[in-house]
Amino acid sequence: MTTIDTALPRSASPTTGGWRWTLVDGWTVVRRDVQHLLHNPGEIIGMLVFPIIMIVMFGYIFGSAIPIPGGGNYREYLIPGMFVMSAAAQVAVTMQKVAADNGTGLMERFRSMPMARSAVPFGQTGADLFTGALGLVVMIACGLVTGWRIHNGFPQALAAFGIVLLFGYALNWVGVFCGFMINNEDTADRLSPLFMPVTMISNTFVPTAGMPTWLRDIADWNPISAVVAACRQLFGNPGVVASGSWPLEHPITASIGWSIVLLLIFVPLSVYRYRTVGR
Amino acid sequence: MGEPIVFAEGLRKRFGETQALAGLDLQVAEGTVCGVLGPNGAGKTTAVRVLATLIAPDSGRAVIAGHDVVSQADRVRHLIGLAGQSAALDERITGRENLEMFGRLYHLGPRAARRRANELLERFDLADAGNRLVKTYSGGMRRRLDLIASLVVTPPVLFLDEPTTGLDPRSRNEIWDTVRLLVADGTTVLLTTQYLDEADQLANDIAVVDRGRVIAAGPPEDLKYELGSRVDVVVTDPQSLPTAAQVLGRLTGGNPEIDAGERTVRVAMPGAVRLTLPAIVRELDSAGVIAEDVAVRLPTLDEVFLKLTGRRTDDTPTQTKTISATPDELPETDAEKVRS
Repeated sequence: MTTIDTALPRSASPTTGGWRWTLVDGWTVVRRDVQHLLHNPGEIIGMLVFPIIMIVMFGYIFGSAIPIPGGGNYREYLIPGMFVMSAAAQVAVTMQKVAADNGTGLMERFRSMPMARSAVPFGQTGADLFTGALGLVVMIACGLVTGWRIHNGFPQALAAFGIVLLFGYALNWVGVFCGFMINNEDTADRLSPLFMPVTMISNTFVPTAGMPTWLRDIADWNPISAVVAACRQLFGNPGVVASGSWPLEHPITASIGWSIVLLLIFVPLSVYRYRTVGR
Repeated sequence: MGEPIVFAEGLRKRFGETQALAGLDLQVAEGTVCGVLGPNGAGKTTAVRVLATLIAPDSGRAVIAGHDVVSQADRVRHLIGLAGQSAALDERITGRENLEMFGRLYHLGPRAARRRANELLERFDLADAGNRLVKTYSGGMRRRLDLIASLVVTPPVLFLDEPTTGLDPRSRNEIWDTVRLLVADGTTVLLTTQYLDEADQLANDIAVVDRGRVIAAGPPEDLKYELGSRVDVVVTDPQSLPTAAQVLGRLTGGNPEIDAGERTVRVAMPGAVRLTLPAIVRELDSAGVIAEDVAVRLPTLDEVFLKLTGRRTDDTPTQTKTISATPDELPETDAEKVRS
């Protein structure tokens, strides 16, 4: 047995606060997520196949019987919704990851280490933003293949993608917070399907106009509807609502507003929860 | 003993109805191993979590190398390493990637973190396993990697919360060897355990914890002196039981109990008596007693508790250190066949 090297490295940085370390530590957490993907090619395949299944299922099966007000190709109507839906699906994924780390005690180890207090939640959401962007690229490709087009020019489209990513990022924080509240992966797995209705009760798949009034109000004020409507407007896709509820009349303002509100609520809550969990 | 590097005074912590810590005092001298011994629910883990800055005590204070664990938590985190009860690793990446990640989080820088990961894997005999996903590891390997992960930067103080619970004897020995190496390097270790023999093997000082308080503390020798070991003798011929009891009574100065059904004599041996196994066998032999099995063992945690508190532990692991003259692991029926 070799003897222990007495000149072992000590922690190099005396500082644990500050944005620089939050970013450095956050990047380390992001790296880990990328390594997960590399070790589990199945996850990548899932990421690639999921959008195709969704587009075939909704775009061709249900879509064949759903008329769009004002006419137009249903898949052109659907694809912006799919962008938002895949961003929203990240909430459950993020929640599961965070809950799993809580369960194994990894979170506990992070918390006993002299690392930036906010690095774990920021790193996690940063990593999920990265995978979210990757998923968006896949979805765009699928959309283009199945007949979805950008009609209003590139800058507008970029703005739409920006809004989707911003909204997805805000939702990731919701996921991180939920994950911190749950202590094990099993519970997270069982809770995940509950996010499903949130994406369904919206204008993602069908116009809200035909829904009963009470449900329509919920759907119209669902942040997801606002983001989907903003995308349709910016891409020039069918289904833009000229009059109705405020968020759908001003979808871009509403989308950015919703995102900011979610961030303002869940960033501080998550960071606070990370610091104090178990106390 | 100089200024203790770990110092806790009157720690109290309540979780709802449960008083997890009820005025716990603890001192650990620099460069020593302190074994915190107690049954499940005694407050061991809560104590470690307070000392490792994970939870704040309701009252009392704890200081690591002069830094308060509540008001100077950031400073304390630079001084400590923690290996908890579960393997706190990312199972979906390799062992090497885990160590590298922790190195980066300690701000060693990417290159130094990689070098350090390789070094540790090499030194602790995990080089081959280093490239495999942690989820493919055995329980023992996980724990070992977990322990090693707390050494990415050698912390002056290391907390090990039940490092060997649930491990097979071989993995347990490997963990023990690792701990000994660390201590040789000057690391102060506070480890919690449910096993008296583990504390006995590793610790310079033992603190027995019950219901959130330390009920006995001191070097293992002193505790053993107080508690004594036990001798169990199984004889071939039931007729020789009284003679065997007589011999054992004379040797140990204790009060032997005869279990005729099991053909066994049991006696508690006061710690002051130093009896070797051959000596016992020799004495029995010269008295004409043919011993089938002679075992000297440490008291179990349950016996320690019975002695210290007058009641049994609610949840007792059965792990005894047995030095046996004949294989006593054989099931009863097989043993019978061997005898006949």
